[in-house]
Amino acid sequence: MFNYKHVLETIEMVEREHLDIRTVTMGISLLPCVRATGEATAQAVYDRVCKKAENIVKVTRELSGEYGIPIVNKRVSVTPVSLVCAAFPEKAPLIGRALDRAAQTLGIDFLGGYSALVHKGTADYEEIFLKSIPEVLASTEMLCSSVNVGSSKSGINMDAVRLMGQVIKDTASATAEKDGFGCAKLVVFCNAVEDNPFMAGAFHGVGESDTVINVGVSGPGVVQHAVEAVPEADLAELAETIKCTAFKITRAGQLIAKEAAKRLNARFGIVDLSLAPTPARGDSVAQILEGIGLESVGTHGTTACLAMLNDAVKKGGVMASSMVGGLSGAFIPVSEDIGMIEAAERGDINLDKLEAMTAVCSVGLDMIAIPGNTSAETISAIIADEAAIGMINNKTTAVRVIPVPGKGVGEEVNFGGLLGRAPIMPVHDKSSAKFIRRGGIIPAPIHSNKN
Amino acid sequence: MRAVVTVVGKDKTGIISRVSTFLAEKGVNILDISQTILEDYFAMIMIVDVSKATLKLADLAEESRVMGEKIGMSVRVQHEDIFNVMHGV
Repeated sequence: MFNYKHVLETIEMVEREHLDIRTVTMGISLLPCVRATGEATAQAVYDRVCKKAENIVKVTRELSGEYGIPIVNKRVSVTPVSLVCAAFPEKAPLIGRALDRAAQTLGIDFLGGYSALVHKGTADYEEIFLKSIPEVLASTEMLCSSVNVGSSKSGINMDAVRLMGQVIKDTASATAEKDGFGCAKLVVFCNAVEDNPFMAGAFHGVGESDTVINVGVSGPGVVQHAVEAVPEADLAELAETIKCTAFKITRAGQLIAKEAAKRLNARFGIVDLSLAPTPARGDSVAQILEGIGLESVGTHGTTACLAMLNDAVKKGGVMASSMVGGLSGAFIPVSEDIGMIEAAERGDINLDKLEAMTAVCSVGLDMIAIPGNTSAETISAIIADEAAIGMINNKTTAVRVIPVPGKGVGEEVNFGGLLGRAPIMPVHDKSSAKFIRRGGIIPAPIHSNKN
Repeated sequence: MRAVVTVVGKDKTGIISRVSTFLAEKGVNILDISQTILEDYFAMIMIVDVSKATLKLADLAEESRVMGEKIGMSVRVQHEDIFNVMHGV
């Protein structure tokens, strides 16, 4: 028989604590779409995405209605476009725009995969592709782009890191009238994962099957509430509380993922049990850390609290789902988290502390606005630092920074909606240009030699 | 297929009657009811069988929500599995 306490607890999580399925993301392979010309390929890509995902909006609406749990985003991820257009890289923008049109036709929220994997070297066709990113992000709405520049196995491609600093600058310029908004759709990875359902970094890996459903669950508010309910608990008890809460959240994600896969005629891929904040109050990772006992996120102890939180979330989630993947952990974007925004406004958190935090949590420097006059080399150096943390620690790291054109420290940028607002944070003013201009590869670390 | 109906709101006369009449009209069979008053608040949880319902579960949930609004109550209909999976190993 039903335990009525459990019924009310679930409803409370949805109603008051912002429990939601953050995204149902369909991964679609584009490899069968390669044709003799860029134009024919773009058409085949549009047709395939529209066909495969034609029911995604309808099915997610049904599931949300039946189970009484909001599904916030419907998304599609595709095979890295640089591979699809390797024979005609100058036609990559055609494919990018075809994907954006498909996203509009389907009525989904985002489409990811305008991507390239260049962690060990940049082929000529990939260089042409990378240079197309600014123009394509400026001329599309829902398309997201990601580039993998390093891995624990291969080292860091510093030529690509150098190029991406410039690509980010150019993307900001190309979308200057929208405060560099294009950069919010562009992420640079080390150790990118092939089954990530979250944007802007989602793409459909070449090792994946044809059509896959990956689900991202969220619930910082639920965890925050659970933490606040045990004010006297010691840290081991607190970790246990978080673990149990993460279990429940992930179970909801697993249920939706399996049902969605069945109804959409796709394979169930993974559940990504990430705590993904939104700018809403009570849906914040920063506020969880503050609930543990920090006056402000960013102060001493933040890294330790985040490490505990991230690990406890993973442990609960792994038990709850048959297939865990994606990024899985706690996200710490600045503009998308009210606690982070306020800490940045007060000057309680800075880039250096955020960088330290990325060593112990999911992903990296995310949705951070920096001065518009930041040099391309400095942005490349920020990427290099993050990639180094990822490479050495065998984890995914990423950089999504927005050098806001014409704005400086003390000003703010507002992207609206889930992307939120961000005060512009200072970067170091000493040059890293000579280091970046060296180029080449940072060799793979010693622990990559496991064979 | 079973679903869980929850009705929450300020107590007043005729809530059970309105909700159960509505469900009967939609072909929904009530299997179990638990109801309580907490301070001034009415909280009811029903287990129902929706396999002979005249409309799809998602639509039933939406119509129930609208019906609830009319009587000033928050009414939800959810597939039982969401509760089973979240609170069981």
